[in-house]
Amino acid sequence: MTSAQTRFEGAGRPESVAETRGISKRFGASQALGEVSLAISAGDSRALVGRNGAGKSTLVGVLTGIITPDSGEVYLAGEPAPAPSRPAEWRARVACVYQRPSLIPALSVAENLFVNDHPTRGPGWISWSTLRRQAEQVLADWGLEVDVDRDAADLNVEQRQIVEIARALRCGTRFIILDEPTAQLEGKEVARLFERIRDLQKNGVTFLYISHHLEEIYEVCSSVTVLRDGKVVANAALKNMAKEAVVAQMVGESTKLAGAGDRPSDARLPSLEGTPALAVKGLCIKRWVEGVNFAIASGECLGLAGLAGSGKEHVAEAIAGTLRPSAGEIEIAGVPLQPGSVDDALRKGLGYVPRDRDARAIVPQLSVAENLTLTIADRLGPAGIIIPARRSRQAERMISDLEIVAASTDQLVSELSGGNQQKAVLGRALASQPQILVLVSPTQGVDIASKQALFAIVEGARARGTAVLIVSDELDELVVCDRVLVIFKGQLAAEFAAGWNEEDLVAAIEGVSPS
Amino acid sequence: MSETETKITLSQAGAPLRGRAAFRFRELTLVPAIVLAIIAGSLLSPAFLTTDNFLNILQQSSELSVLVIAQSLILIAGKFDLSLESTVGLAPMTAAWLMATDTTYGGSGFGMNVYPAIFILFAIGAVVGLVNGFLVVKLKLNAFIVTLAMLILLRGVTLGITNGKTLFDLPSQFLYLGTAKWFGVPVSIWVAALLYLIFGLFLRYHRIGRSIYAIGGNAEAARVAGIGVERVTWGVYVVGGLLAALAGLMLTGRIASVVSSQGQNMIFYVFAAAVIGGISLNGGRGRLLGALTGVLLLAFLQNILTLAQVPAFWIDAAYGAIILVSLILARLTGGSTRQA
Repeated sequence: MTSAQTRFEGAGRPESVAETRGISKRFGASQALGEVSLAISAGDSRALVGRNGAGKSTLVGVLTGIITPDSGEVYLAGEPAPAPSRPAEWRARVACVYQRPSLIPALSVAENLFVNDHPTRGPGWISWSTLRRQAEQVLADWGLEVDVDRDAADLNVEQRQIVEIARALRCGTRFIILDEPTAQLEGKEVARLFERIRDLQKNGVTFLYISHHLEEIYEVCSSVTVLRDGKVVANAALKNMAKEAVVAQMVGESTKLAGAGDRPSDARLPSLEGTPALAVKGLCIKRWVEGVNFAIASGECLGLAGLAGSGKEHVAEAIAGTLRPSAGEIEIAGVPLQPGSVDDALRKGLGYVPRDRDARAIVPQLSVAENLTLTIADRLGPAGIIIPARRSRQAERMISDLEIVAASTDQLVSELSGGNQQKAVLGRALASQPQILVLVSPTQGVDIASKQALFAIVEGARARGTAVLIVSDELDELVVCDRVLVIFKGQLAAEFAAGWNEEDLVAAIEGVSPS
Repeated sequence: MSETETKITLSQAGAPLRGRAAFRFRELTLVPAIVLAIIAGSLLSPAFLTTDNFLNILQQSSELSVLVIAQSLILIAGKFDLSLESTVGLAPMTAAWLMATDTTYGGSGFGMNVYPAIFILFAIGAVVGLVNGFLVVKLKLNAFIVTLAMLILLRGVTLGITNGKTLFDLPSQFLYLGTAKWFGVPVSIWVAALLYLIFGLFLRYHRIGRSIYAIGGNAEAARVAGIGVERVTWGVYVVGGLLAALAGLMLTGRIASVVSSQGQNMIFYVFAAAVIGGISLNGGRGRLLGALTGVLLLAFLQNILTLAQVPAFWIDAAYGAIILVSLILARLTGGSTRQA
């Protein structure tokens, strides 16, 4: 490690596109970054990994000029970084493509490339034809393809990323930070993204690549920086560092990856005789799902795998009642659910963890306690009155059961780390002691240690007889399931028992000839 | 309208395109409704389809249309200004009060000259905009509640300075915009038309105009792109205040006096016109051309309701119902991207 570290830390080398020296940043009581030094040389593509709360976002903020460090220096393109008050100069040197869209939705792709820098004639009058032509030119120069006339609001995630990358290149930067770029992409789109990254690398663009998926970084990165608790704990070429070593550095203690081996060996396959905990019969959802049938026994964990747009999330939404199916029946413990009624599903024993935590699961303005007890507010006092003491007690119990790291029950849920927010969402789904727990991508954007904690919670519920449906295309999440069903273009395509072979499952998910 | 357009593009390109065609047509969704209103009007009354009546309709809606420009700018920037209608009253009232020599009718007795008085009229508009901008942009107060409070405050001041009296006998220069004609067309129509042209082009073709869209669409992204978000937003409030003062001057000219309730309730029609014209309440979307069609539709409807001899006490109810129906129609024809 030491030799690698010296290799990457030649100070002030002109060929380094980005370099930090001894960056420290403190937010209140917590030290977000402590003496972080790293150098990224031109043409390199560096992976930045670390658990949630390790300081990755803060480091990206410092590198893009959004956060001013308490001490230390930033160099971009071999020169000291511009003053924080000059966003235009920062933009010419570094850009970050965040998970959250930063395009302006009502404006066209072409205009988004040139916001506040339109080609003009005279004092600020825009020439639309020139703008359009130049936008097409920029995209063509870098081999990127998007229709420049479309509104940014109508782009999908992949196209949006392309436009954001093009915008950065248009501003002159050759150093681009990608923050979890694959989080919302499906298989083929990920492959195209990697191809694009490699092409751009050949043309002299340097990347800093942030991801929770270690396989990905081995595919597109040549070196890795591992952050833990705000400090750089490893800085190495990836060919010198195996995946297990990276994980070990991230976690800081020996923790093995959740794998098939984690399933208790005495796991009895729950029998499907008698009334299943959940039965889905002939479920159809207009445009998405055609005649899906399956059942889950009490205490069973079933995986539902599929690409984005395969209909897997729509099945979950239909069960949860947020989407009204066009045909078919859903039964919990033999009792049919009222279609499209969330309230009915909750009352009949459903616990639901939706896909997009920020948009659908948490209420950021409310406290941890309120978020935890949102689904069981009716049990906290008579006649709809919520007794604060009872709520706090309930919340405290849940916080300790789930090992949520929170300062107090009154802390805003939005102040928790991603992993802890997800624990709170899961805890809330479990609060009503559901018979069936539906989890959609439950560990998305969560670090490995939190992932294991989340699965331990699910395992606990399962042991108490709760049936679990995990809707996901992450092998990490499916590995805990007793069975995995694959949905392809709205129809069930294959079924795998635990212990499946990775390639077979991925092939089925991608719709490649199930033999 | 745009729905069919979209579908054609869809089948041709094989991709979900809402490109240029759809964008252009989105602005004209109200045109069929206006045509329908004109046909209905001409069937209802022979007095409808005459040059005089049309000039009358346009002149009566000229002040509203200027306010709609002001509100559209502010809405596109992602903010609100309810107080515009109070500025319509306060600015000319203060100017008229300063000019009045006679104190018996509620004047100040200063007898200020007409030109400084007009300057003060605009200064009041600008100051109201500055204060609103300060509270919303700098103190980050909620625009809705700030401008609601300002609406009440300014209306109260307008009442207070004259004890609720009406000021008349104003100098002819002060009434010019509302009384004079150029080439047989009232000046206020020219002014409104010119302002639509200027601000329409500005919003479409000027950097600052585009930055207003950027701010309303995604303020954070606009900031990152180097746009002075606070400065532009603040500026939009000041321009809004100035336009409201101008609308007040036009209205005073047309009715040749200033009533303490001048402009009252106008803000509802301003919002109705802007929103049915496709200006998004969420910011970042809409064009002045669309807003103008909104104004025209409301103006024709008002005229037709009067000509159709709808009992005076029922005109408002009919008007409100029609606005609701046009909102629903605008949603149905304008597609999902319109946040009406």
